[in-house]
Amino acid sequence: MPYPKRFDGRKSDETRPIVAKVGIIPRADGSAMFQIGKTTAYAAVYGPRTLHPKWMQNPNTGVLRCEYNMLPFSGHGERVRPGGGRRAREIGMVTENALLPVLDLREYPNSVVDVYIDLPQTDAGTRCAGITAAAMALADAGFEMKDMVAAVAVGKVQDHVLADLTYDEEQNKTPEEGVADIPVAFMPLSGKLTLLQMDGEVTREDLKKALTLGKEVCKRIVDIQKAALRAKYAGGSDDE
Amino acid sequence: MESLHMKDRDVVVPGDIVATGMGFLPSKGTYRESDKVIADRVGLLSVEGKVLKVVPLTGGYAPKIGDRVIGQVNDVLFSGWRVDLFGPYSAVLGVKDATNEFIGRGANLAEIFGLGDIVVCKLINVTSQKLIDVSLRGPGLRQLKGGRLIKVNAAKVPRIIGKDGTMVSMIKQATGINIVVGMNGMVWIDGTPEGEVVAAETIQKIQDEAHLGGLTNRIKDFLEQKTGKKVEPRAMQEGE
Repeated sequence: MPYPKRFDGRKSDETRPIVAKVGIIPRADGSAMFQIGKTTAYAAVYGPRTLHPKWMQNPNTGVLRCEYNMLPFSGHGERVRPGGGRRAREIGMVTENALLPVLDLREYPNSVVDVYIDLPQTDAGTRCAGITAAAMALADAGFEMKDMVAAVAVGKVQDHVLADLTYDEEQNKTPEEGVADIPVAFMPLSGKLTLLQMDGEVTREDLKKALTLGKEVCKRIVDIQKAALRAKYAGGSDDE
Repeated sequence: MESLHMKDRDVVVPGDIVATGMGFLPSKGTYRESDKVIADRVGLLSVEGKVLKVVPLTGGYAPKIGDRVIGQVNDVLFSGWRVDLFGPYSAVLGVKDATNEFIGRGANLAEIFGLGDIVVCKLINVTSQKLIDVSLRGPGLRQLKGGRLIKVNAAKVPRIIGKDGTMVSMIKQATGINIVVGMNGMVWIDGTPEGEVVAAETIQKIQDEAHLGGLTNRIKDFLEQKTGKKVEPRAMQEGE
């Protein structure tokens, strides 16, 4: 299918509408919601708490454990089997790797910080929404973080380099030309990458373009994350 | 060029650039990256001359020597007890730190403190691996009988105590109950059922509004309206 214009009329560097909220799960030590278009991610942080089984404990540092979970009804008609699978395990692992560069858990030896990411509705870009929500939830839980982390999927659909692909865009491939889907996460202060995966094919030039675009978009997402965090805690000063 | 980008008592979030210039000194909650001072946690910025620190608004309990905490005996050891501190790390209460009375060799320790007993104790040693020793020797340290425990966010404990104990003192005046606040975020209340309910509500209210201004007066009004008694925000008396 030719693709002269994006299906939803967005500009190439424009994300879907974003809603971010912090502190939505009162029982959790930290929590956040991040919604980008039709993709919604909830993240809840519990811990630090004692890590069992004991052999997983690390006496040098606390352990970050992320669980990624798409709810059964969240996908595109097909029921997502509950209980996690290979894909969920992989995404949990890349989420940990994307968040660990900013977190310092050396204060919590032998303990674990659990991050549960659940997606009640999905329309591509779920791991990115999950990482973005998890970063806010960890900040809400009061952890020391060198920086925020934001993630977005960039990609190439035919000859356009685009930000924040939807499911329809991801699937819009032709026999001659595939779609490249590149989820990236950035730390905005240093501009360093913490997540880089790819599905599809791109040329070196297009990858460079895509990464520049991803960095740009992540910086905008970080502003939204920070505003959401401030919105929870703002409200004037203390009397003491 | 030296400049402070945020004001004293502003809410900061991780990754906020607080100030630029080598003249500023990063303290707890901030760090330096080249000439910038950056916040690494959610909290209120405190500017004291050139020293920049962040007073946390959320977060878990970090054990410190000398802290008074509330714990629960959850195991009996060879020569002491294991005390759960309701966080990632538990503590050991040794026999010689438990009581002034003589405990003979081979005495049944479970008769002195049994499983489930609540104690208010003092941290006397904390290692880098967070192995903790507690003691019951000291003024006000004892076993707590009856009453109930409430868990609050450890970052809010100083607000619940109030300046020189004014908050605790007001709750005591209004409800006539006993309160012990542990630095680990556990609060023990004991008194009439009505008094306990009002105290629990008040503590929840302090926790929810800890970062807003005029807290003492709002809590005073709240207590007076709930109990119909006049309360005076005054410092804690000796022996309270």
